[in-house]
Amino acid sequence: MSESKLKPEELAGNIKYEPKEKDWLDPSVEFKHGVFNYSGIPKNVEYLQQPNPRKWQPTDKDWQLPENWKQIILEGLRDRLHRFRSLQIFMDICVRCGACADKCHFFLGSGDPKNMPVLRAELLRSVYRNDFTLASKLFGKFSGSRELTVDVIKEWFYYFFQCTQCRRCSVFCPYGIDTAEITLLVRELLNLIGINIDWIITPVANSFRTGNHLGIQPHGFKDSIDFAVDELEQITGIKVDAPINKKGAEILFITPSADYFGTPHYYTLLGYLALFHEIGLDYTWSSYASEGGNFGSFISHDLMKSLNAKIYAEAKRLGVKWILGGECGHMWRVIHQYMDTLNGPADFLEVPVSPVTGTRFENTRSTKMVHICEFTADLIKNNKIKLDKSRNDHRKITFHDSCNPARALGLIEEPRYIIKNVCNNFFEMPENTIKEQTFCCGSGSGLGTDENFEMRMRGGLPRANAVKFVKEKHGVNFLGCICAIDKATLPPLIDYWVGGVDVGGVHELVGNALIMNGEKERTTDLRGEPFSE
Amino acid sequence: MNIIFSLLTIAVLIVLAVLGAGTIKLDFLFGIIFPYAAVSVFIVGIISRVIKWAKSPVPFHIPTVAGQQKSLPWIKSSKLESPSSTPGVIGRMALEILLFRSLFRNTKSGLIDGQKLVYGSSKYLWLGAILFHWSLLVIFLRHFRLFMQPVPSFVLMLQNIDGFFQIGVPELYVTDILITAALLYLIYRRLADAKLRYISLASDYFPLFLILSIAATGILMRYFYRIDILKIKEFAVGLFSFHPSVPQGIGILFYIHLFLVCVLVSYFPFSKLLHMAGIFLTPTRNLANNSRMKRHVNPWNRPVRVHTYDEYEDEFRDKMEDSGLPVEKSNSLERN
Repeated sequence: MSESKLKPEELAGNIKYEPKEKDWLDPSVEFKHGVFNYSGIPKNVEYLQQPNPRKWQPTDKDWQLPENWKQIILEGLRDRLHRFRSLQIFMDICVRCGACADKCHFFLGSGDPKNMPVLRAELLRSVYRNDFTLASKLFGKFSGSRELTVDVIKEWFYYFFQCTQCRRCSVFCPYGIDTAEITLLVRELLNLIGINIDWIITPVANSFRTGNHLGIQPHGFKDSIDFAVDELEQITGIKVDAPINKKGAEILFITPSADYFGTPHYYTLLGYLALFHEIGLDYTWSSYASEGGNFGSFISHDLMKSLNAKIYAEAKRLGVKWILGGECGHMWRVIHQYMDTLNGPADFLEVPVSPVTGTRFENTRSTKMVHICEFTADLIKNNKIKLDKSRNDHRKITFHDSCNPARALGLIEEPRYIIKNVCNNFFEMPENTIKEQTFCCGSGSGLGTDENFEMRMRGGLPRANAVKFVKEKHGVNFLGCICAIDKATLPPLIDYWVGGVDVGGVHELVGNALIMNGEKERTTDLRGEPFSE
Repeated sequence: MNIIFSLLTIAVLIVLAVLGAGTIKLDFLFGIIFPYAAVSVFIVGIISRVIKWAKSPVPFHIPTVAGQQKSLPWIKSSKLESPSSTPGVIGRMALEILLFRSLFRNTKSGLIDGQKLVYGSSKYLWLGAILFHWSLLVIFLRHFRLFMQPVPSFVLMLQNIDGFFQIGVPELYVTDILITAALLYLIYRRLADAKLRYISLASDYFPLFLILSIAATGILMRYFYRIDILKIKEFAVGLFSFHPSVPQGIGILFYIHLFLVCVLVSYFPFSKLLHMAGIFLTPTRNLANNSRMKRHVNPWNRPVRVHTYDEYEDEFRDKMEDSGLPVEKSNSLERN
């Protein structure tokens, strides 16, 4: 159900990177369908005890803000300047050199000058200068200051929900100014007066209540896992064990809920199940912590903490030794850079040791959570699993580095090592579009909705373009990735711009290649597609 | 508008210096009060700003990494782009501060035929920036030959290197050429690139024009209108050793130069020029990528509402039991 009627040629055809001379301090935005997200539904805003639940939409003239909205925002900003050195520094030191300007996928796909990271930040900085610095008093408008008005709030909503917190700009900034940090804090401010989007609020509410974004209750969760076990048996002839809420298991496995509910995520789930069986892993799923993703991290540090708390709590309750995490992008930013700080110390867990290889994961010695790619790369390196690369011969594969694993973890070689060991045809996209310079799918940080379709296609243009390049050059027909949002949003993106390239997880490829002890003669991959002759 | 405002400001400042020091002979004000005041503002301003920054804690461990993490021993990690240890962080910061590593990464994007995105390496910003900053530092240090007697040996060495080509009398300093060229380029790119024109504020043009005017007056004094260097040195040494005396007959050019320097120095703590200090404190660069190795503590880590397992089980116990999931407190006895 896409709202955008624009054909790809039309959409790309009108992109210009030369903004017209018009003062950006003038806050004017137009909420056209296809380029914004609907507001959080009051029921869920209320359930999460967030401010100002009400029925409203961005297209309304009156956003029904609380009477003292301005005071709330300015006090909220002051409070955050005191609590986050990042914010204080990022407000003060930008020199507007413009190095970031054409690094943002939303700018590259829209040409809208306020999508240049520098200007996105200036939307807040102009208010900061006005109310928190001397410069505005001395130089007035020439200091680039402006009064906080309802129109500014609307502009913030528009542009700070047109940033996917991918942090590509931060890599190029000479001071490392991180727009993701600014975006998160502005979204936090907006949320203080009841401005948020439903694609964040509802998953957060669901996750809070049922443990996962989709609101799947424990029995539904069990059904999904059982169903996958049956399906894997049909493909491989092996009935695997997939314990849920099992006390005393060695390892707790946490993965995004889309893995057991979405396609093509599902094939990655089959890959996990096959792998864990084959190495005889003593692990458990959890229905309470049945979500690795954390949409709270898209809107507030407090909600991020509140959802994330379940992982350690469940690890403690079940008495596991350590935690293993599946393929996901923002989940891993939260695990890597926030979890231990928010909800640690995890002193009730042990430093992760692979029960198969004996490798001690020293890099996780405090947080005690290992990325599945680290875990599997170690298995392959130690020859602990048998792989038949030719089972992926029907795939010509390229790999999309997901933003957060690349720029928060530096998890770059592990997935490549795995891919190269499970397939014969691997081709990299151009170097400016991968690894630390990777381009976002355009739908991260809660923006992956149907109503936002046009903006998603715009934001995903640079990624799609790079895929098209390797498709034309090498005949690539499979785009591997390690992020649940990628798996959900790259397929429509690729269909729109490129066509003829499937999207799937790295552990789907592992599952294809994995030779299981006692398996029946395999003729298809995990999707039921025949192997090539 | 922003550029005109900046130029006008510079013009007003120059007129002020000409009128003040030239016409009404406020030598004491322009020669002694302003320099001391400017330096005081600079020191107090920078220190209080850094204290302000330092007072805000770093709640989360958020480096932006640009290379392979340290994980499995057989995977080569990128020690400078994704440092996992303090020496690595120092290396990364040194590269950033001394060589502008991130700017060196810069690319320029273009859209061909409205369909194909291309990225080319683009090093001009890096080159302009690095020439400007290093020249400025060398010129600043060179000035110590005027402040100190005897002249420190490192200053003499710098002077020799800078005047290496030995062109003309007095010999030409390379940095004088470089800083002028770099500044002109930095101004040019703000005007030539539509994106930059769009984002540039008066406070972006102003320091460029200000520093260019300072460089220009300095160059005029050295190469064209030879001024009495001995008098200037006497004056500068006096200022520097807190025995100031009002210089006589130095000429208006010198006062313009000095006044603009005072303006620059006192403008510093209230402007984007603070990046000089801020770069040391930026949490996306100065933290090691060891987030899972070492716990980072947030001093204000505050309690939040959580949905506990017990609450969860209370809500879903029946469904859990019916589907055979283990529970902590069974209802099945009561239900039977």
